[in-house]
Amino acid sequence: MKSAIYYKSKKITLNVIIHLFLLSVAVTCIYPLLWMVVSSLKTQETIFSDLSLIPRQFHFENYLLAWKEGGFGKNFLNSIFYTVSVVGGIVIVATMAAYAFARLRFPGRNVLFIMFMAAMMIPIPGSFVALYVLLNKLHLRNTPLGYILCMINVGLSTSIFLLKTFFDKMPKELEDAARIDGCSKLGIWWHVALPLAKPVLAVVVVFNALNVWNEYILALIIFDSRKFMPLQVALQTFQGEFVTNYPLLMAGLTITALPIIVVYLLMQKYIVKGVTAGAVVG
Amino acid sequence: MRLKDTLENYTFVLPAVLIFGIFYIIPFIWVFQLGLFEWDGIMPTKIFVGLENFKEIFSADPSWWQSMRNAGYITLIALTFQNALAFLLAWACDREIKLKNFYRAIFFIPPILSEIVVGMAWRFIINDVDGANIINRGLIGIGLPQLAHNWLSDPKSALTTVALVHSWKGFGWGFLIFLAGLQTIPRELYEAARVDGANAWQTFRKITIPLMIPVIVLVAILTILGSMQAFALIIGLVGGEFAGHTSVPVLRILASMRGSSRFGYACAQGITFGLILVIISFIQYRFSKKARQMT
Repeated sequence: MKSAIYYKSKKITLNVIIHLFLLSVAVTCIYPLLWMVVSSLKTQETIFSDLSLIPRQFHFENYLLAWKEGGFGKNFLNSIFYTVSVVGGIVIVATMAAYAFARLRFPGRNVLFIMFMAAMMIPIPGSFVALYVLLNKLHLRNTPLGYILCMINVGLSTSIFLLKTFFDKMPKELEDAARIDGCSKLGIWWHVALPLAKPVLAVVVVFNALNVWNEYILALIIFDSRKFMPLQVALQTFQGEFVTNYPLLMAGLTITALPIIVVYLLMQKYIVKGVTAGAVVG
Repeated sequence: MRLKDTLENYTFVLPAVLIFGIFYIIPFIWVFQLGLFEWDGIMPTKIFVGLENFKEIFSADPSWWQSMRNAGYITLIALTFQNALAFLLAWACDREIKLKNFYRAIFFIPPILSEIVVGMAWRFIINDVDGANIINRGLIGIGLPQLAHNWLSDPKSALTTVALVHSWKGFGWGFLIFLAGLQTIPRELYEAARVDGANAWQTFRKITIPLMIPVIVLVAILTILGSMQAFALIIGLVGGEFAGHTSVPVLRILASMRGSSRFGYACAQGITFGLILVIISFIQYRFSKKARQMT
């Protein structure tokens, strides 16, 4: 007969194996990023010879160099500016539309809503070619405004879907009370619906901020001038320009990746929700 | 009063409809129009060529189909290796286990990073043949230095390297969805199976898998759509198409547009590719319905 100790030790062995497996995958996830950060603190001379995970000297001045001489400071601020403007635009435009789709009546409401939803599901890989032509015609190519408008459009469908699902379930009593108090529709949207939608708005904000920060293809075809570029495209330009200064490139990669990782660790719950929501939508 | 009311309601959707109409609908229509023309993107006149562009894609453009094969290869590795790993990890985490939240947080870091960052960070490691490249260092260490080389500059291994880095970036996302799915399975089912004397494999085969089929299909469809369209990772990792060894459809479209200034042809390629993607997800959807009925 097998004793309790047998089962217990079997269970412990299984747990150890599982943890070893999970831990090795976790290390594989971290290693490239750790190496990126560590390399950003070395010099062009030592970066390929000093293979320690803790460099002999920390060259934090690389970040100052990357920020100024590398030009990443400007691109970093661009990325921040685009992310804030696009997310702000989406929050206003999508909540208004979603509120109307959920609550207000007007002819063509369902057709319009279905159009937004269909856009979410039909892949058009060549659309950036036509978008390039369109922006040229509107004189919006190589302008921040052109990029911001395109990116608001990119996030619109998913955000409207998430918000409408929320507004559909929201109790009507509060709005009725506001209406009796003489509040206009716009006032109800702003004073009642928006504050109530805070939890789903957090998901919308985080989901779209991540999207804009990491966006590449539209920024690539829209911007010619480095001064307008967000980080993702500027990194590629930087690598192509001269003999690559690797520590500065690694510093550039770090300032691109780090804000995302920090925001992620602080707001994990919303990111996870945004991702699973995005998956269910698809 | 009624009219004023309706107009007021329209103002709520007007900004969204305007942006959507200009930046989605118009380009959407233009893609189909431009696909019928030969145009360099600058000249005021476009030459109407009918379906010539599509004829060329299907009969005289081997590099296009090469790029489709490459994307198919990356997708195949993502479907098998990446998703199997994701499922295995989710299954390992779907129990009372210490550090569960820690693992979950770590596994999801690669998916939130951009393809460019991931590509460039890995490129830096892989290019450093006997330095940061720890697998190569291991090969040298065990006395096989001839196997240690730069996997990205070798045409034979470049695409596989791309596919593996792509899987590294993607598995955490599949893991999260699989884990969410596994946690919806009622624990009583597992209890009942154990009482009936089922072993771990039988429980896995008869309970976990059948209940997970919808989630598996969802992840598979999204993996296919995402992997077929991946391209920024390749720009970051390899720098471009590497003479066709790492070209994928989106990079081909980009090359038709920017490299050879053939806007019409680029649109035709986009339409062809879009249709292929729609057909794939449709077939898979039908297939999954059958699979669900069978189990």
